[in-house]
This record gives sequence, C-alpha cells and structure tokens, in this order.
Amino acid sequence: MSRKPYKRRVYWNEPTMTWWERFYLFEIIRGLSITGGVFLRNMGKWVTGRKGALTAYYPEEIRADYAAHNRGKHILTQRPDGRPQCIACNMCATVCPAQCIEIDAAFDPEDAAHPKSPSRFEIDYARCVFCGFCVEACPEDAIRMVKEVPDLPGGDRHDMWFRKEDLLGWQPQRDVAKPYPPKAGGNPGGTR
Amino acid sequence: MMQDLVIHGAYIAFAIGVLMTFGLILTWVERKQAAVMSDRIGANRAYLRIPFTNIKLVWWGLFHGLADGMKMLLKEDFRPDSYDRVAYALGPWVVFAPVLLVFAVIPFGGTLVPAQLTDSPEIAAWFGDRTYRMQIADMDAGLLVVFAFSGLTVIGSMLAGWSSNNKFSMLGAIRSASQMISYELVMGLTVLGLILIYGTVDLTAIVEQQSGVLLGFLPAWGIFLQPFAAVLFMTAAQAENRRIPFDLPEAESELIAGYFTEYSAMKMGLFMFAEFIEIAIIAALFTTLFLGGYNLPFMSDAGFTLPGGHFIAMSHGAVVLTQVLVFLGKVFVLCSFQILVRWSLPRFRYDQLLRFAWKFMLPLALANLVVTVVAVWAIRGTGA
Repeated sequence: MSRKPYKRRVYWNEPTMTWWERFYLFEIIRGLSITGGVFLRNMGKWVTGRKGALTAYYPEEIRADYAAHNRGKHILTQRPDGRPQCIACNMCATVCPAQCIEIDAAFDPEDAAHPKSPSRFEIDYARCVFCGFCVEACPEDAIRMVKEVPDLPGGDRHDMWFRKEDLLGWQPQRDVAKPYPPKAGGNPGGTR
Repeated sequence: MMQDLVIHGAYIAFAIGVLMTFGLILTWVERKQAAVMSDRIGANRAYLRIPFTNIKLVWWGLFHGLADGMKMLLKEDFRPDSYDRVAYALGPWVVFAPVLLVFAVIPFGGTLVPAQLTDSPEIAAWFGDRTYRMQIADMDAGLLVVFAFSGLTVIGSMLAGWSSNNKFSMLGAIRSASQMISYELVMGLTVLGLILIYGTVDLTAIVEQQSGVLLGFLPAWGIFLQPFAAVLFMTAAQAENRRIPFDLPEAESELIAGYFTEYSAMKMGLFMFAEFIEIAIIAALFTTLFLGGYNLPFMSDAGFTLPGGHFIAMSHGAVVLTQVLVFLGKVFVLCSFQILVRWSLPRFRYDQLLRFAWKFMLPLALANLVVTVVAVWAIRGTGA
C-alpha cells in the first residue's frame, strides 16, 4: 500500500493584497460589520431574555452537555432501603493514589447479611485525581462515577469535602442501583 | 453677575459629572461589549451588598468600575528609585487635565432661557431675559482651543516616559510623541475642510449651521457634507487616543505598559481614566463637528417641524432636555463604535503606523481639502 504524498493545503488568501484590500477602508468596514453583527445578534438575545454567549456562567450554571463518558463525580449506590451498598472494606481508600477517601466503619448486628457499613464516607475533592481506581477496586459496586461534576467552587479547601449524604444524594432515576438481592445469573455489571 | 455664576456653576458640575460618569461607565461598557462581541458573558462578579441584608446588587457587573477605582486608590503608590520627582508627579496631570478642558468649548445643548424653565415668578424675575448658550466657555476660537489642549497631552506622556528612567517607558514616550504629532496634523487638515464650509471655528456656530436640511431630506450634518473628512477624523482621533489599532505607545506585548510602566495606584489610574474620558471627548467632538451636535432632524428651538408641515410644539424645558439627551445619546453611540473598532482590528506595526499617517492619510486629507476648496469656490464664488 503506497502512502499518498503529503499535499500542502492551498490557502484561500492571496499572498499579495489587491488594490481593494490595500485601500483598507472597505476591508475594515467588512470586519467591523462582522464583529458588529455578532454584537447585535448576541445583544438581541440578551435583551429578549435568552443567553447570548457560548460560555457557561460557572458555577451558577451547570453545563448540560458533559460527555456521556465524562467521569467527574462519585456516588454511593444504595440498597432498596436507602442505606449505602458500601461494606466499609476500605479497598477504595487503600487503592486511592491521592489518598483522598476516608471511611469510618459502623457495626449493625440487626443486619445479618451486611453487618458492616460506613458511618462516615468522605472524599476530598481538593485532592481527588478522578482516576477511577476506587470504582474498579470496589467489590460491592458501591462507588461509581457519573458524568456530572461536583459543586466544587468554594472559598475554603475544607468546603471541598464530600460527605456521605452528598455522595448518596444522586438521582436513582438516572443511575439505577444494582438490584438487590441480586438475581441469579442476572446482569452482573448492573444496569446502566 | 450672580445669575451667570449659578448657570455656569451648574454647567461645570454637569460637564464634570458627565465626563466622570462616562469615564467610569466606559470601563464597564468596554469589557461588556468586548465580551458580547466574542460570545462571552463578561464582567459580572462585583456587587454591592446592602448593609445588614443579604441583598447583593449585581446589576450586570456595573460596579466593576467602582471596584477598579477602589483598587487604584488603595494600592501602594510605588515609585521607582531613580526618577525625576517633579516631572514624574506632573506627568499624569498633564495628560489628564487637558482632556477635561476640551469639553469646556463643546456645546452640549442649544440656548437656555432660565426664566422659561420655572413656574415661579421670583426666579423668572431674578433671571430676567438672560439667555445662555449651553456651553461652558463660549469662545469664538472653539476648535482652535480643542486642538491646543489635545496637543498638550503629548507633553504629559513624554514627561511620564522620560522621568521614570525606564527603557520601556522611554520607548513608549518616543513612540507616543511621534505618533501623536503625526496624527495631530492629519486631524487638523481634515477639520480644515469643515472650517472652510462653515466659515467659522466657533463650535456653537458650527452646530447651529447643521440644524437645517440638505436637499430636502438629509439633515445638514457635517458627515453628509464631508464624508471623507469624517472617516479620516475618526481614524486620526483614535490614533490620538492611542487605542488599538494605534496603541503602539502602550503596546502590552512589546512595552509592558509603555510610557506609564513605572506608575502605579491612582497615578496609573489617571492615565487609564484620561484614556477613557478621551473616548467620550472624541465622540463629543465628532458629534459636534459631523453629527450635528444636539440637533435632531426637523427639530428647532420651538419643537418639531415634520416634512408634511406638521408642527409639534414643545415647552422650553422639554426642548433643552431633548437636546441634552440627544447629544449624550450620540456621544454614547460613538463611544460604543470606538470600542467596536478597538476590539475588531489588530495592532499596526510601528513603521506601518507612520507610513499610514504620512503616506496615506495625509495625502487623502490634502485631497479632501483641495476638493472642498474647489467646491466651495464653485458654489459661493470668489467673493464669499
């Protein structure tokens, strides 16, 4: 298979200016009408109550168009009764390269199947590198990452800790937990 | 006379208020317009919080100018070790003061008859039948004063550049001097055509001559009599103000900040403020010379006379208010236009800048002058 020879792209502009362009004035008027047109179009949008900018008003405005494969925020999956699926095994905290996960375990003798659960599960987003190792390390599919971003900006780095309640506060409509009890031979990866 | 003092005091307060407001607002307008032109949102973080409440007045970031002013005032007034004290302290003021003074001769309204403004007979009797032109300094040398003062600012930038003992400042000052002198010449030549047509340099007389109608439908504004001069004047005026595309004296990427590199705090703020006020001054001058000043088409001191012969009478107060608002509106639109130009065009190279002045604009200005002379001679004859 022979390689095609590299072809230089033909530039649309002539290397020398025509007398029309050398007169500057009309080209300047053309340029001004382009920028002025953009201004009027955007201004028209603003005054009629629409948004006339491509940029997002971060952080007040959350972008709607995060890619489906973006992984920006952790969630803790839940059992049907709303308790976290986490068994406080500390594997995510161990594998975490940024060491940003802190877990305190609690013991519940009533629940024979899952006596251990986290009483405290915190992630320091000031240190998290979003590598996803915690998700891979989890034996219980208890921690996942979703495409949204956490509400990070704050005046203090201590505001960037995400607590258990924050991690459990996702929307089950969009990210359904693994069915519990698991169906025999069912979908091991959970539903997506 | 006491009455004169009151009226002129009010004029001066109005002028300073308008100029300072323009200087403050334009910093915001510039950012916001640049943002909207480039699909961004723009400055919107500064706010005023009403004390003891949690109500924050953001107002589309209008308070950013205020925040800038506060920052400038509160910063350390850093001074370089080796500098000429007197010239260094004088520089910003020599740039700033003439810019304000130019506004003194610009008419911002028609004739004011204070006695007709009020219902109270005592005040009307006190003012009697005095009339005042709405202009601070009613001089018949108006346009010459404008050029005299705007020529002074170059001294300020030279002082600033030379006294701060910095190579960037020095380069900026040299560039500023040669650029401003070159474009001053073009500016003067373009205006000569207008002076020939109107036969006067008195700005009030120039504006009054623009109140009529040309060919039955066009307002008799200078821009229709001298379109080339209008374009050349605007270009030269932008160059005078050292803004992009003519911002060589303070080109950030080459000279840090040019001739005010070594200035900080409010001294630096004065340079910036002078630049923004000069935008308004240029707009006011252009309005006066080419856009009929405070005139609206078909409007006279008594009211509107529409083409069909309809006449809408207006009270004196309404006329005065309309004229002032029309003037300010035109000035604001022109300021916005200058900002549009500044955010659309790239910067010249320095040799291109001077070549543009001497080899392109100067011949065009001369040609415009020659054509005007011939036309005036042909229409009015030699006796005029």
